[in-house]
Amino acid sequence: MNRPTSRREFLRTAGGVAVGIGLWSVVAVEPARATPAAMEEAIRKVVGAGRVSPGRVKLELPPLVENGNVVPLAVSVDSPMTEADYVRAIHVFTEKNPQPEVVSFHLGPRAGRAAVTTRIRLADTQTVVAIAELHDGSFWSASAAVVVTLAACLEDA
Amino acid sequence: MASALVNVPARARRGAVIEIKTLISHPMETGYRRTQLGAPIPRDIIRLFVCTYNGTEVFRAELHPAIAANPFFAFSTVATESGTITFHWTGDNGFSVTESAAITVD
Amino acid sequence: MAVSAFAGEIPRPERRSGYDFMSRETRAMQDDDTANPGLLWVLEGETLWNRKTGAAGRACADCHGDARTSMKGVAARHPAFDASRGRPVSLEQRINRCRTDRQQAPALAWESRELLALTAYVARQSRGLPIDIVIDQRTQPFLDAGRATWNRRQGQLNLACSQCHDDNWGRQLAGNVIPQAHPTGYPLYRLEWQGLGSLQRRLRNCLVGIRAEPYEFGAPELVDLELFLMWRARGMAIEAPAVRP
Repeated sequence: MNRPTSRREFLRTAGGVAVGIGLWSVVAVEPARATPAAMEEAIRKVVGAGRVSPGRVKLELPPLVENGNVVPLAVSVDSPMTEADYVRAIHVFTEKNPQPEVVSFHLGPRAGRAAVTTRIRLADTQTVVAIAELHDGSFWSASAAVVVTLAACLEDA
Repeated sequence: MASALVNVPARARRGAVIEIKTLISHPMETGYRRTQLGAPIPRDIIRLFVCTYNGTEVFRAELHPAIAANPFFAFSTVATESGTITFHWTGDNGFSVTESAAITVD
Repeated sequence: MAVSAFAGEIPRPERRSGYDFMSRETRAMQDDDTANPGLLWVLEGETLWNRKTGAAGRACADCHGDARTSMKGVAARHPAFDASRGRPVSLEQRINRCRTDRQQAPALAWESRELLALTAYVARQSRGLPIDIVIDQRTQPFLDAGRATWNRRQGQLNLACSQCHDDNWGRQLAGNVIPQAHPTGYPLYRLEWQGLGSLQRRLRNCLVGIRAEPYEFGAPELVDLELFLMWRARGMAIEAPAVRP
């Protein structure tokens, strides 16, 4: 194998090669991020003038995620889920993703249990908030702080 | 070439709460990514997932780009009667997929 | 011909699959067939297996019948020596050989949905079986070539695969734990890819990661490295389709 004659020459050659690789690949260039204020506004849109009380909602996320592309999320609400007392909807928000809304689940007494699991994307270390809307129009919330790190090695393919 | 995987128990007791799991193949392109040359990649996501039980809606999810690719949902419903549980995903670019599963309730 | 344990090779009792280094949630994703995204490709693969194609108008099933029986153990033995090529070929190459020679259909592109689906479907049939690579006079030189690549410093970062995966497995590299790099789960669903991909895709990514020129898909260097990696993982159970961060 040819040894490069000098470090500079070696880097120039390797650099040239590196530019050739992945010219057409996709890069997730960071867009403007949502802010905690944007999240508050998004929550306001759902909740209206109502008051949000912390409690009754359990939000489970891994405290340190292996990859921000796929983060398992489980949300449940302590509710008998009967015709008289049930969860109407569960909304999930983030504070630092490009947009605050993640998903809205619409349930009802036929759900049997107010518990849903899904997988979400998290752009950065941040807090995730779940708001549950009950049959009587009351709102309850829970939040979870999640640490998100980037993959150690860049792949470019 | 969309494919979906749904898991519904084939049998259940009347009144039992059953767990349903659904997985559908879809890239869920957020609309926030760009190519290395800076061109934005347009959004292409599933926006709505509806589950109906003999025609009545029992679960609905409104999705945003923050739902991970190949969306997965696990939720529950009460086994009320025998029949068909249907799943319908719709989204950008006319995306529309329907899957069904039969259930026997005794 | 004796193939002795190479100095620096991880001793058998210490061999761990990448599965063991994952979080509880990611392991759960792999273990649940109703939640493992890789199963979407397996499902598609099953459809393709039964679909007649090519000028010969033949489906895989027409020759091989039920894959659950006929493909059992196949992924655990690949890369395997192909007499017509005079060298070992990977499972993807073997599938493409069937397509061109027997179905008279064009070869499927590397990392295409169809090739991944068929590979995932075939590999799934070996789940739980121990990796069983045959090294004999024919395959020894290719194993040696693969091992040489494994031990050779490459790229701007001037790193050899062995330095991370033999000498420093279990340690943290930024937010991730360095695995031992056993290909027990391929093709697998990688969270970073948000999709299913082949071992060769992963190897090329690793090469880019150390700032080396990645070999082309199907290059002999990659197949030799695959052969070495599978041999190095001999006896470990196939997990395909696995889930990895």
